[in-house]
Amino acid sequence: MAVVLEMKNVEKHFGGVRAIDDFSVTLDQGKIHGLIGPNGAGKTTIFNNITGIYAPNAGKIIFNGQDITGTPPHRVAQLGIGRTFQNIRLFSNLPVLDNVIIASNLDATYNLPQAFFKTAKYREREKYVREKAMNLLEVVGLSDRAGELANSLPYGHQRKLEIARAMALDPKLLLLDEPAAGMNADESAELVSFVQELRERFAITILMIEHHMDVVTNLCDHVTVLNFGKTIATGTPAEVKSNPEVIKAYLGGAD
Amino acid sequence: MLQLIQSLNSAVCGFLHINSYLQGIVILICINVIAVLGMSVLTGFTRLFSFGNAGFMSIGAYTAAILTVQFHVNFLIAIVCGAAFSGFIAFLLGSVTLRLKGDYFLITCLGFGECVRVLFNYTKDLTGGSAGYSGIPNYSPMLFVLACACLAFFLAWRFIHSKYGRNLTSIRENEVAAEAVGVNVFRSKRMSFVFSAIYAGWAGALYGGYLMYIVPVSFNLTKSCELITTTVIGGLGSLTGSVLGALVVTVLPEVFRSMERYRMLLYGVAVVLVIMLKPSGIYGYKEFSLKGTIRWFRDGRYRNLFKSRRQAQAKEQDTAGKGGN
Repeated sequence: MAVVLEMKNVEKHFGGVRAIDDFSVTLDQGKIHGLIGPNGAGKTTIFNNITGIYAPNAGKIIFNGQDITGTPPHRVAQLGIGRTFQNIRLFSNLPVLDNVIIASNLDATYNLPQAFFKTAKYREREKYVREKAMNLLEVVGLSDRAGELANSLPYGHQRKLEIARAMALDPKLLLLDEPAAGMNADESAELVSFVQELRERFAITILMIEHHMDVVTNLCDHVTVLNFGKTIATGTPAEVKSNPEVIKAYLGGAD
Repeated sequence: MLQLIQSLNSAVCGFLHINSYLQGIVILICINVIAVLGMSVLTGFTRLFSFGNAGFMSIGAYTAAILTVQFHVNFLIAIVCGAAFSGFIAFLLGSVTLRLKGDYFLITCLGFGECVRVLFNYTKDLTGGSAGYSGIPNYSPMLFVLACACLAFFLAWRFIHSKYGRNLTSIRENEVAAEAVGVNVFRSKRMSFVFSAIYAGWAGALYGGYLMYIVPVSFNLTKSCELITTTVIGGLGSLTGSVLGALVVTVLPEVFRSMERYRMLLYGVAVVLVIMLKPSGIYGYKEFSLKGTIRWFRDGRYRNLFKSRRQAQAKEQDTAGKGGN
């Protein structure tokens, strides 16, 4: 099976704090991998190291056979890693459709003079980008709200818009940072089927941070558990749940 | 060619009975429109504040003036060179300063604007120093400047409505998210900065051709502030708003000539009022459309002008509470 992303012995320190310590993971094509752990365990720091917001102090990150350690964020995105944020980050004052169109930059291959003169190529590319964005909105069920401002959408729809925007990059790897945060049981269940649909439709690999154990159990093929930057367990959701180290980390140990 | 444009200009103005005073006002409006459009792309669409754009105006003005007077270059080429050179300087300055965050960039721009002014004061042999540079041929007849303003608007409109403009707005809305969807934030910001400097240089070159005499002091901090306030009054994120802002800010002082001394004071009051009543400016985020304006009056929505601020604030608090950020 093809390996999409490999992190080898990645370390990140902030001052004296080891936010992630000797972290390694291998993501196989088409699988959903979960990253769980208590608050402050370093989960989002791992995302930020993959996407280039931080450069790791040690270790290697290899995406599709290419070393992307320390590559700047926009390059990582262009290479095919889409992400969502724990606190939703949309282009709030722009229409829903534009939010997705902006992420299709790589498809808009015209140059400045072509934009000034609206040449055939410009029009063809703009039409393509627009249609692609509309299709993605269709997939997430927001096509009827394409003209509304992003910040006028309800919370759950904003999360979906963020996913649609990430999908516009045609990513091989999608990083979801707490997609079910703030959702109730029904909404979480809907999210589970939505993410499954995404995987089947786009044959995409997903790495997700999630606290809702039902979501993790239903979605993830493989789970890594972190605590204080250290990997304390890996395995299938069922294996991990019965691991005494994990239970200790979540419920608090005697020490 | 210049003579041709000038005779065409006087023919048209003579036919329409436009006297030289009115011509002067139209020329000043158009020059301000060009400079403010550049400012609008930078401040309104990218949310970068530059207090140094008067510096770029002076670079354009002096380059074009020196080229025409000393080197007898065709005025069209001189104007293009003035704008291009101004853009080139912005490219260099931006390459160094645009990696700085928010306020630091603003302060380097402010410093830059003042440096340029002082530099022109000291290089007496080339620029005439504080006594000014005179003998510039009048290469800014009304029709020509008007055509320039139209072209400037057209180019800015196409620029903003292409992927380039979209990238700039994405930076304004959320820089981290823009990077996460593959926008090269640094290069986009630099492009926006160069764009605004080219427009400032263009406006400056026309300004020199209109007055036929330039002094460094006319491109001081006050001028930079004037460009920013005009952009804010017109509407951040609206090109048509910027045109309207430039129109208002240029015409009003002519109407209230006797109050000339209080001009900057009135600007200040105007900005405070705009920010209190309509924080996004006259045309915030929206472009002018005839249909929209008719609807606005017909539906009596102008009555909401004073209500809208409170509503907007309430809505903001609402979403902030919900979003959990």
